[in-house]
Order: sequence, then C-alpha cells, then structure tokens
Amino acid sequence: MGSTSSTLLKIPNVEVLMQETGFSPAHMIRLHDRFKALDKEGRGHLCPQDFGAIKELAMNPIGDRIIGAFFCPGKETVDFHTFVKILAHFRPVDKNRPKEPNSPEPINSRSNKLRFAFQLYDQDKDGKISRDELLKVLQAMLGMQVTEEQLESIADRTIQEADLDRDDAISFEEFRKVSPEILHSRCFIKV
Amino acid sequence: MRGLSLLLFITVVSDATTDLSVTAASLPPELGVSAAPAVTSPVASRYIPEEYGHPGIALARSAEEPAAPSAEDGESSHHHGGGFKIVQWEWSYVQTPYIIASWLLVASVAKILFHLSQRFTTAVPESCMLILLGLVLGAVVLIASKKQPYQLDPGLFFLFLLPTIVGDAGYFMPARLFFDNLGAILMYAVVGTLWNAFCTGFCLYGVKMAGVIDEKVNAGLMDFLLFGALISAVDPVAVIAVFEEVHVNETLFIIVFGESLVNDAVTVVLYKVYISFVEVGPGNPMYLLNMSFAGVVGQTWFLNWFRLVPLDKIDQVVMSYGGLRGAVAFALVVLLDKEQVKAKDYFVATTIVVVFFTVMFQGLTIKPLVKWLKVPRSTNRKPTINEEIHERAFDHILTAVEDIAGLNGYHHWRDKWEQFDKNYLSKLLLRKSVYHKSELWEAYQKINIRDAISVIDQGGNVLTSARLSLPSMASRTSFPEVTNVTNYLRENGSGVCLDLQVIDTVPGAKIEEELETHHVLAGNLYKPRRRYQSHYSRHFMTVGEKERQDREVFQRNMRNRLESFKSTRYKRHKKDRSQKKRKGSDAKEQDTNDKPRRNVSWQDKDPAVVPVVSEEDKHDPSEPDKDDDVGITFVARKAPETPKERPKSVPAALDVCQSPVAAPPSPTCGEKNLPWKSGMGSLPPCVSVEATKIIPIDLQQAWNQSISSLESLASPPAPPEPQHPRVSTLSRLGGPLRTPAKGKSSGSAGSGSNTGSPSSGQFKFPTGKEEEEEGALSQQQQEMQPLMSSLRPPPPPPPPPAAQSAGKRRNPCVYLRSLVTVPPSGAEPQSRRPTQL
Repeated sequence: MGSTSSTLLKIPNVEVLMQETGFSPAHMIRLHDRFKALDKEGRGHLCPQDFGAIKELAMNPIGDRIIGAFFCPGKETVDFHTFVKILAHFRPVDKNRPKEPNSPEPINSRSNKLRFAFQLYDQDKDGKISRDELLKVLQAMLGMQVTEEQLESIADRTIQEADLDRDDAISFEEFRKVSPEILHSRCFIKV
Repeated sequence: MRGLSLLLFITVVSDATTDLSVTAASLPPELGVSAAPAVTSPVASRYIPEEYGHPGIALARSAEEPAAPSAEDGESSHHHGGGFKIVQWEWSYVQTPYIIASWLLVASVAKILFHLSQRFTTAVPESCMLILLGLVLGAVVLIASKKQPYQLDPGLFFLFLLPTIVGDAGYFMPARLFFDNLGAILMYAVVGTLWNAFCTGFCLYGVKMAGVIDEKVNAGLMDFLLFGALISAVDPVAVIAVFEEVHVNETLFIIVFGESLVNDAVTVVLYKVYISFVEVGPGNPMYLLNMSFAGVVGQTWFLNWFRLVPLDKIDQVVMSYGGLRGAVAFALVVLLDKEQVKAKDYFVATTIVVVFFTVMFQGLTIKPLVKWLKVPRSTNRKPTINEEIHERAFDHILTAVEDIAGLNGYHHWRDKWEQFDKNYLSKLLLRKSVYHKSELWEAYQKINIRDAISVIDQGGNVLTSARLSLPSMASRTSFPEVTNVTNYLRENGSGVCLDLQVIDTVPGAKIEEELETHHVLAGNLYKPRRRYQSHYSRHFMTVGEKERQDREVFQRNMRNRLESFKSTRYKRHKKDRSQKKRKGSDAKEQDTNDKPRRNVSWQDKDPAVVPVVSEEDKHDPSEPDKDDDVGITFVARKAPETPKERPKSVPAALDVCQSPVAAPPSPTCGEKNLPWKSGMGSLPPCVSVEATKIIPIDLQQAWNQSISSLESLASPPAPPEPQHPRVSTLSRLGGPLRTPAKGKSSGSAGSGSNTGSPSSGQFKFPTGKEEEEEGALSQQQQEMQPLMSSLRPPPPPPPPPAAQSAGKRRNPCVYLRSLVTVPPSGAEPQSRRPTQL
C-alpha cells in the first residue's frame, strides 16, 4: 500500500480527479501507467498519433472516430485529466455508493455514455445525426459485402425508426430512446 | 447390482471421453467369452461351423464389434488350438490398448453419427445419447455373455482417459474468455470444490449420525469426506456438451466450463488425500444438489464483492444447475478399494444415480430452464435496427476504450500463448494442409494488398485494397486453383479471360423488409474482438473469420487515414494527374519487363470462376469522376477457351480444374454458377459481360503498361472523394449488383486520346457500343480466325448480354475491348492496333 500512495502522489490533482471520476486509487495508478506508456515521448500529453499506435485500434471499425472523441474540438492533445475523464464514462456503475441527493450526475451515467456514443455519430456536432452521418458510420461498421443500396436502406430505416419529430435526423433525445437499455450495464474496467 | 454398476461404469466413462460407447460395451463380451469355449471370430473363417453353436454371441459380436477382430482371433485360436496351434495369441498383453482404442474408435463414429442429425443433438445432449448408447450396448453384451465381462482397470482411467478428456476440453477452451474470468474460475474451482467436498462429507456424516442413513452403510467421517471429494468433480465434457447447445452468455459459459475444467484437479488431489486416510456409504443425490447450490450461492456472494460484472441470481442458479457430474466422479468412486472403504457399493450406486441425474435430468432440462429464467442468452429478443446498430457501435467503443486504457494485463500472456499455439501446437496438431494453405494464403494476400495499395496510389480508381482483397476472402477453398491460375497468368499474359462486370446503375430491388435488414446487419456488422469466441463450439471451428474482418477493417482504416491525409491536396489535381500518369506510363512502357504481375482473386465458391482483379482500370480517366464508385472487378475465368488458346503452356494443374475441354466454351456454364447471376431477372440490360472473353495479344501490352505505370508512381495520392468501399461484387446479400467494368484497355498510346472524355455512358456499353464496333469485329475476326478455329473446335461465341446481337460471330478480343474501352468511334482504329501487331 505504501507504494500505492507514493505512486499516487506523482499524479497531479489526483484527489480532484478521483472525486470527479469515481476511480479508485488502484484504477488511477493503472490508468496513469497506461497513459505514460502511450505517451512515448514523455510530453505529458497524447496526440492522435499516440492513439494510432495502439494496434488493436487499427482493427476497430470505428477506431478513428473513437480516437477523435478524445480530442476536444480545436485541441491537438489530450492530457491525463481529460484522458481519465473520458475513460470514466465507462466506469462501471456502482450501486453500493450512497446517492448524494445534490451531487451532479455521475460521469458514467447512462446518459453520459450515450452522449459519448452519440458524438461518434454526430461528427459535425450539430446535435443531430443526419442521414449522411449515419451512413458513414454504417459503412464503417458493416462488412464489405453489404451493397450501397442495402446500406442506404438500412440508414433510412434506422432514421425512420428513431425519428420522432420527422426531421430526418436523429437528435440526442431520440437516440437515447432507441438505444438499448443494456448499454448502461456494460462497463469495461476490470482491475 | 455389481453387474449393473459396472455396466454403468463403462457407459459413463465412455460418455466422458465423449467417445467410448460402443466398444466399451461390446468389447467386454470378448473377454467374457474368452472363458467360454469355442468362440469363433468373423475373421477366422475356418471356425465358422462352431459359430452356429453360439448364435447369440456371434450375433452380438458381429453386430457390434468389427473393431477388434484380432482379439477374437486370439481367443478362438487359443481355445481351439488342439491341432493347429501354430500361433500363440497373447491377448492379455495387448488387451488394454486395444480395448481403449476400440472404445475411442467406436464412440467417435457414434459421435459423428449423432452430429449428422442436428435436430437430434439439439434436443438431447450428446452426453445423454452416448450414455444411452453405452447402456443399450452394454445390456446387449450382458445378456449375451451372461456374466460380468470386464472391469476397467483403475489406473487406466487416469492414464488414458482423463488426459484425453482434459486435453480435448482444454485445448479447445476459449483462452481469452478463460483468462478474462480467471479469478472467478479459480475461485469456483478451488474454493468452491473444497467447500462442496467438505460440506457434502460433513453433512452426510451428520445425517448418518442422525440415523437417517441405513445402518448397513458402514462408513465413517473419512469415508464421507472422501465421497464428498469425488462427487464434487464436475465433468467438463458433460458441461460443454450441454452448454454448447444452450448458448448461454459467454461469461456464464466460461465460468461453468472453466470451473469444471480446473476443478477436476482439485477433486483428484482431495481424493488422493482422503484415500490415504481412509476407509469409507451412500448419500442422497438431492442432498448433494442442495449442497452444491449452497456452495455456489455463498461463493457468488463472496465473489461479487470483487467482480465488476456481478453475477446475478439467475446466473447462480444456472451455474449450480450446470455442474454436471460425470466420468471423473465415477472413475474415482470405482477406484475405491473395497477393503478400505466398506461402503464402496453404496458410494458407487450413489454416484451412478448422481451422474445419471445430473447428466440426464439436468442436461435435458437446463435448456428449458435457461429459457424460463430468461438468462441473457447470446441471442435474446429481436432488437430494433437502432438497437442493433447502436449496441454494436457501443461494443466497438468499449473495445476501443479498453484498448486505449490498456486494460489487458493478461494480454501479454495471451499473446505469448497464441504465438506458441501458432508456431508449435497448430503445426503439431493440425493437418498440414490447414496451416500450410493459410501461409500461402497470407503470402498471396500480401501481394494482393500490395497491388491494391498501388492501385490506390495510382489514384485512378476506387479499386481499393479492401475491395481487391475482399472477394478473395470469400472463398479460401479455391485457393490452389487460383495459385495455378496466377502462375499461368504470369507466364502467359495474353491468354487471359476476363470477365468484366458492368455496374448496375439502377439500384437493385430495395430491401423493404425489416427482416432482410436485420439479416444484413446481423451478418455483416463487424464484431468486436471479444465476441469472436463467444459461440464456442468444438464441433464447428470457424477459422479465419476473425482474420478476415481484421484485415478488412484494417485496410479500411488505413485507407481512410491515407485519404484524410491526402484528399485536400489531391482533389484539385486529380485530372491533370491522371493524364500525366498515363503519359508517364506510356513512356515507361518500353522499359518494363515482360513479366506481368497480376492479382488473382475470387469471389465465388465456384472453383471454375476465378476473378482477376486487373489494374488496367486505373487508366480510365473518368474513374475519379465517378460518383457511384462501385468497385471494379475483372473476373478471369478459367474458361474452357483458355487452354485451347495455348494448349501447351497451360499448366497441368490448371488443366485438371478445367471443365471438359471439348465442351463448347459457352459462357453460360460459368455464369450459371455465379452467385450474382441468380437474382438476375430484374437487371437492366447494361450488365454484363460474361466470362469467356479472350483478350489476345494486346492484353500483354496493356498489362505491362499498367504495371509500369504502377511502378512509376512514387507518391500515393488518395482517391479524390471519400469513397466508400462497398464491394458490390459479392452481391449475394441483396439484389444483384454489378461491379462496373470501368477499366480501359489502354493497350496503345492511341487510347490516350480518350482520356478527356469521361462519359458515364460508357458503363452501359455492352448493348450500345457493340453495335458500333461490329464493323471492326468482322475485320478482327478474320485475323483471329485461324487461331481461334484451330484452337477451339466449335466455338459458340459467348453470348448472354450480347445475345441480342446474336448470329454474328464475335471476336472475343474485340468484344472485350468494346466492354473495356468503349472509345469514341474515331479512336477505334488505333485502339485496335495492338491486336494487329
């Protein structure tokens, strides 16, 4: 444990970060190690190339979009703080934790997770998934065998299904309604 | 009683090894019979008369046991040896291996037979079937031989059978899932098993003390503990057999399976410990079940403190319910020494009951139970399209986030293992052809991708790497033939048959039904890493799917990056560029060597059809302007003409795969096998060109040219528009969609004059343009005539789309070019020039 706390001290603002994200010290250390490993040149921040170097991501059909999601618009780098905060979206929901009535919505709430997913679709950040945007995602995610017509028809159907206000685009509210409940319960961090 | 138990023993063990049933039951008669006089073997026909004396035995044997004739031979000669005792058979020496080998053999056959009927095996677990089979055969044997024929040697089980069981189950274990859940598995396997063993033992003892168990059961605490230990051995094989068909979610599956796998070790150790103490009465199966249930619940409660994906109550029920007992428990109980463990018979009987109860009853009912409990199964309810898409997207996100967060502590070891598996184990255990082929495949794939990338670099076309390689992924089976064709093509550049498929500009039938959409989605959404092994099955290995997807995605991603990198710059200059390129390539033409490079791929299961992805299309200036950038696929077919054109140079291997050479080289024969031809009815007439077009001499030139232009390019420009990589060649999913034949045979410098005329109209060529060229046809025909007629006897020209202009004999060469180039009529003479050279 001694080593744990000493490692922890090296991370700047670790207390605040843990407060915000709900990660445990062990998580923090682990993530920090990972961050350092990704940051090959030791600049203290990550740039897209660092993410690009993760070879598994090259096999991910929407890997580039996900990398993009780590970068705030206009920013070329990600510091540890942002890095952890984004990962915190996927922290498992802890039921045991007493709910503080006036605490802000936790970062890993369903809504926040969905928002993260939503922004992967919504590349132009207009708050709506247009048909073209959807089509692009579908292209990326579907196998080569699917024809153009099929793709378009799938996109049309998808929008049709979700589009409640008939504007031929999916807003976040609509997106939230049609997304499977199960998304919420999934989480990734295992220590 | 004893007879029954042994019979059961045999059958259970046979079940356990997944293999043993028939012979297990049928071999014993040999031994039992050996005491009886005058048993003849079916092999040694000289004893046939005597066989009549024992019709029952003979019948039983001939029905069941062709596998061990030598054994019978041995017996018979032994007993009949009066006059002819030339050869002394020592059956006892070889008995054990023979019996075991025969068990395995017969049970393997039985297993294969079971799996012939899918319907049957889905209803009844395999274990049950094997047990039943063993029972029936055992009963037959028992009736025939009237006595207890064979007792399995205790050590035998551990030496021969257990390794088989664990080895099989272990090797096929989905390693990734296993290591993901290693903690939980070890927890259940070690702590759980210990708990179960102790609890069962103590509780039984308590019940005994309380006087519930019959006085005759002469067993002490140690005995009960021993029994507890052996009965807590979960049989991995039985578990797999049942769970494989239930399709519970992967976590649940791997925990149950992993536990059963590891827990054998714990049980055996525990057993050995106790046996050294002991001397040892039967329990009550229901009681046992309760114990194991209590154990699971307790542990889960404990474990959920640590697990991030908690196991819920339903999972717990399934886990406890899925703990099928089987061969291990049985073997252990039979191994008990009657001298030391007085109540052995009781224990044996109890174990049999437990095994039967778990395997039969639980095995049969677990499926309904899982359904009833609504355990999250791999395929649950039908999600909406949105759910399906978003969920998959979310999976990808999670996978990516996991990768980014680097939460793969076990990755290192897993990679190590995979390396080891690939380098050594696979080579050792798999048929040579399997991995050998894939190596070739890899090599081929590399070439293919490399060429594809250069095509992209050329910037001329939408022929992307992904698209190039994809059709080829579709069928690995035809690989050898294709290699041959590749070689063949390399040697004889001009003897190629190309099939140009024309774009289907009119969209095929819209997919109206949601069902269809779902089908497409389900079949084609890329799966996140983790899902690959979720439907783990020992019977059906899906090799290569993962690699295919990985490659596909990888190529796309790389291409996208390339595009985003280049696109802005490239867009402005694309036109000039393509022209320049052409010039450059023309200039270089002379320098290039004569050896053409070719991508051969295929998109079809039909081995007779081998698409060649040609690079010629990149010369088409109009390509970059195309909006509907559908891929181009040139299909080279091993059409019957090919060998006829150059009979001498055709490699033998190619010849073999050829359809009857004498048969008329009708394109339709190739065509009807093509997948995309099936839905053809509604197609617009613009489509296609079928197989058997022959490109004569100028192809070589065109080829060289394309090669040279490829090589002349240093910088890789990206295709101008964000193109999406649909490959329409594989249109089996939806309406038939053609790939466009946009290529140009830029055989001569003259074709360069066409560059400025990007006409989308050209994609409709076959019908319209052919007419234009009819004049040219006749001329060329005459030139080609001698060659053609001498080489292929009765050449019914390739008609289908061209069938309208039937009657006319078409020179395939020109026909092809008409499809490929469709030059303005003014340019025709030039474009024809190469042919005349």
